[in-house]
Amino acid sequence: MTALNMQSTLYTSELRRARKRQGWLLLTPMLPAVLLVCFTFVLPLLWLGGMSFLDAEGNLSFENYTRLVQPIYVLAFTQTFKISLLVTAACVFIGYPYAYFMVHGPRKLAGLAMAILLISLWTSLLVRTYAWLVLLQRRGLVNDLLMSFGFVDSPLTLVHNEVGTMIGMVHIMLPFIILPLYAAMKSINPIYVQAAAAFGASPLRAFFGVFLPLSLPGLAAGATLVFVLCLGFYVTPSLLGGGRVQVLSMRIESDVSLSANWGVASSLGVVLLVTTLVLLFTVKRIADRSRRNG
Amino acid sequence: MGDLMKSNFKRRLTSVASQSWLYALVILAMLFLLIPTLIVIPMSFSDARYLSFPPKTLSFQAYLNYVASVEWRSSTTVSLITATITTLLATILGTAASYALHNSTQRYVRILRGLMMAPMIVPTIFTALGLFFVFARFGLNNSIPGLVIGHTLLALPYVIINVSAGLKTYDMTQEHAACILGASRIRAFVDITLPQIRFSVIAAALFSFAVSLDEAVVSLFISGGDGATLTKRMFTSLRSDIDPVIAVVATIMTLLSCVMLAITLMSQRRARRYENVTEA
Repeated sequence: MTALNMQSTLYTSELRRARKRQGWLLLTPMLPAVLLVCFTFVLPLLWLGGMSFLDAEGNLSFENYTRLVQPIYVLAFTQTFKISLLVTAACVFIGYPYAYFMVHGPRKLAGLAMAILLISLWTSLLVRTYAWLVLLQRRGLVNDLLMSFGFVDSPLTLVHNEVGTMIGMVHIMLPFIILPLYAAMKSINPIYVQAAAAFGASPLRAFFGVFLPLSLPGLAAGATLVFVLCLGFYVTPSLLGGGRVQVLSMRIESDVSLSANWGVASSLGVVLLVTTLVLLFTVKRIADRSRRNG
Repeated sequence: MGDLMKSNFKRRLTSVASQSWLYALVILAMLFLLIPTLIVIPMSFSDARYLSFPPKTLSFQAYLNYVASVEWRSSTTVSLITATITTLLATILGTAASYALHNSTQRYVRILRGLMMAPMIVPTIFTALGLFFVFARFGLNNSIPGLVIGHTLLALPYVIINVSAGLKTYDMTQEHAACILGASRIRAFVDITLPQIRFSVIAAALFSFAVSLDEAVVSLFISGGDGATLTKRMFTSLRSDIDPVIAVVATIMTLLSCVMLAITLMSQRRARRYENVTEA
């Protein structure tokens, strides 16, 4: 017994020493990945960031940033934020009941809802955008249905504009809000709602007074993710927008490919990135604080 | 009393869930999610010159056009080669990195983790701009190595998420035991740890393949001509005249992602069963 104990102590101290020795060595498996990220991601972005503060002659200036108040850029900013906000709102309204159903609905149907969500998430973004292009066109399925049910007399213009862009984006963003919400709702201890019910709260009261507040962190996380992803979205707006939609990412692309204006493109990229990071950090800070208080 | 409360609770929850408006809304949402994903399959059998649904007659013309088209075939090859190499590279680099992240006790390791996860958060258009800028100096634009580097960068976060989750449920003392018994660290990892986290590694590899195959923004910036990926060719075609062959390509891609999803779900299920066995 003692011999065994001694032996295990020996092993533990040996292990600890080995671990200390290997503390630095253990980082080496990470090296290739870190180098890749540094040389193809961090440094180029820093370089572009630096370039955004130089004018055409290479002098330090804010020229590229002051140029962003020109109408075309202001338009891109307002359109990007408007679309992102509306898409996020739509995702919240569709995604919340969907996630709720996946947690509390009848087992089989809830499983089907999850399966459909995963199939949609795994299907290529470009394929889904293409499908919407077909569905929403003038003589597409959606217009056919609307006319045969008598909702409208003549086909609506549903694509190559803001409406089409937003329909496509909601479709692509839904999994990104439903999955965090699902995880959050699944981890809510049913005993809280049970307690509310036991004290005589009506189902609706128990839901709005107990369940909804408890699911808010998940909702905030999902909504932020969707909003941030919308801000940088490129493929769907440029295909379903048909030139009538000019979001920030499209401005960046056209600044580089049409006018080779790297300075302005970089400054737009910097603004986009900083907005994204500030949003993420603010929401994380608020979530952390509410968790500490709660 | 407890049972009564539980059944009461159950009834209350289901009474909210069974309200018809919730059913109607969720079923509509399910159709909204499903129809655009599957509609490309019947569309690919349509013989119309222009995109239409539902197809008026059944035809394999679009499939024949796909097989006959040199451009679409070469793009398919570029995409598949890129996705395969990306999968290998991202899975190896990401698994090694997750292992180091998991074992290291250094404090700044969290910064490194954040760095490697960043490509998931930074708007892809900005990442693509940076890659284009660097690759222009090294002649990597319009080449498969360039595409592989770009896609590996974007797939890395998914590998790290998956493999880190796998390592969390794995007991590292097993590897230490192997080390004490005389195995080298690498040998211990390959023989003891890797087989036990294999399901997470497989999931990570599938994610990488899907990310690379579906990636459009970086490909749009850095590939072109004969080296254009499927996504780039689809994108440019959708912008100008819509080639009916797109429906065929879209069908192939959709079926491929359904297969990958099925494999992921199966390996996750097996991982869970495996975990239960080792715990018991």
